[in-house]
Amino acid sequence: MPEMKIILQQWRRLLGITRKDIKIYYSKGPVVISGILFPIFLALTFTIGRNLPRDSVITGLVGMTLFFAATSVSPMILPFEAQARTLERLMSCPVRLEVIVLGDILASFIYGVAISLILIVIALFLGITISAPVIFGVAILLGALCFAALANIFSVPPTNLPATTNMIGTLVRFPIVFISGVFTPLDQLSGWGRAISYISPLTYFTDIARHSVQNKGYLPAGLDLAVMAAFTTLFVLLAMGLHQRTMTRRI
Amino acid sequence: MNEFAIQVTGLTKRYQQVTAVDHITFEVKKGELFGFLGPNGAGKTTTARMLTGVIVADEGSALVMGCKAGSLGAKQISGVVPEMANPYVDLSGWDNLMLMVELYGAPPKEAKKKSTSLLNDLGLLERKNDKVQGYSKGMKQRLTVCMALLSDPQVIFLDEPTSGLDVQSSRLIKELLGNLNKEGKTIFLTTHDMDEANQLCDRVAIINKGKIVAIDPPEKLRLATSRLRSVEVSFASPVNSEALARLPGVDSVKKQGDKYRLYTAVPGDLVITLSSYASSSGSKMISCNTLVPSLEDAFVALTTKEVKNA
Repeated sequence: MPEMKIILQQWRRLLGITRKDIKIYYSKGPVVISGILFPIFLALTFTIGRNLPRDSVITGLVGMTLFFAATSVSPMILPFEAQARTLERLMSCPVRLEVIVLGDILASFIYGVAISLILIVIALFLGITISAPVIFGVAILLGALCFAALANIFSVPPTNLPATTNMIGTLVRFPIVFISGVFTPLDQLSGWGRAISYISPLTYFTDIARHSVQNKGYLPAGLDLAVMAAFTTLFVLLAMGLHQRTMTRRI
Repeated sequence: MNEFAIQVTGLTKRYQQVTAVDHITFEVKKGELFGFLGPNGAGKTTTARMLTGVIVADEGSALVMGCKAGSLGAKQISGVVPEMANPYVDLSGWDNLMLMVELYGAPPKEAKKKSTSLLNDLGLLERKNDKVQGYSKGMKQRLTVCMALLSDPQVIFLDEPTSGLDVQSSRLIKELLGNLNKEGKTIFLTTHDMDEANQLCDRVAIINKGKIVAIDPPEKLRLATSRLRSVEVSFASPVNSEALARLPGVDSVKKQGDKYRLYTAVPGDLVITLSSYASSSGSKMISCNTLVPSLEDAFVALTTKEVKNA
């Protein structure tokens, strides 16, 4: 029972950290606008001149938006906070270290979902239909959590320079987009291309998005969700475990 | 019942080859205002950070009100004012306090009342809705103190809280510390400022190169440094300082402008000797004062001795 009380207490404190992150880092005009514009421009570079069907572009665009939104700010939060000495404040509060990490992940998750929803609403206005909304909804939630946890791992090196973790993030994020079959369905990839794409969690999200919007995913939707859940668990555990090792070295 | 608020045993922290804190042991009684003094790099901040759970000790143990330092239990009953003021500059003063309410799980209604009262006491109430970005250094530090006190902590750790502040902010913080101590709060204060330690602290520990070199009440520390007692004398005409050094009871002589400072263990006897010296040498004595060492003198003597020994 006392353990349950502590868990509830820590959960409320986690929400406090999430609210703080959203206020300070995510609810800024430039962050929201770049969260929407950046994937759109990236999608244009992939699709212009390729005469891809509209629903195929939308699935890729939602995948990229969710991925970039959920991974954009999170890698820089801990270095920023270490630099501003606010991390020392957080660490002296009665909050578990894992709660600080999970609070950052949750803020990133909320931002990722919110930005993707804006795009989905636009897509619905443009006449795109989602045939499996529940599966698509679950995939968005799971994908946002998965990518947010992945982004949190980028900030594990105990540096106080946000530019360093941002660089690490960029080095990982772009290759992931290129290997994930965002605008080329898995069945159209060559054998080795498909094999490489399986190491990326984004592959499974875009496959579910195709199931939900185009009714033609390559892998079974259940498998996609299961693999994404496995990636999410792995990334969350890694983020918490690795930060445990490096967090005090930031002070 | 345990009479100690803080118990530290063999606490050690190493950074690669450097031992920042080297097996220190001390206790702070409940309700005590304990000063932790030391020169830059002596290990004061590292000790405070280990006690507040920001960093982990390599060896030894520390208890805060019987809870392991750094545990949720210890953090819950501690208030921390770190070396550098660290509120969130993108939030308002009020939002920073509300964040602390959430992180300490304080009851919101009472916490809001307490926030208003603390902001008022520390002269920040009118600016509570302004972003901290626009606050002066003193205002940020006062807000940090408010943030530390919001949860009504039993033990308060302050790391050089008045360093570099204007006189008004510094005085406000010192007054508040005095009042908190009267209310029975235990205060662990690291400082450079000897006057601050002298005025506020019940006991002080002096740390140098990671080791504690003395723990005593400030007055006792001052007087214990007996070889620093001195007599300051000036004469109408110049006198030979070597002759003064040869007088009985004089350990050493230092010329300071038109005055001579004679260090001695027996200042009373030396005043009589100086009077005889003045009449026998024909030099008229203009002034003669006996001086007891200040806490600063004791601090310098203790830390310099350590450096020489090293």
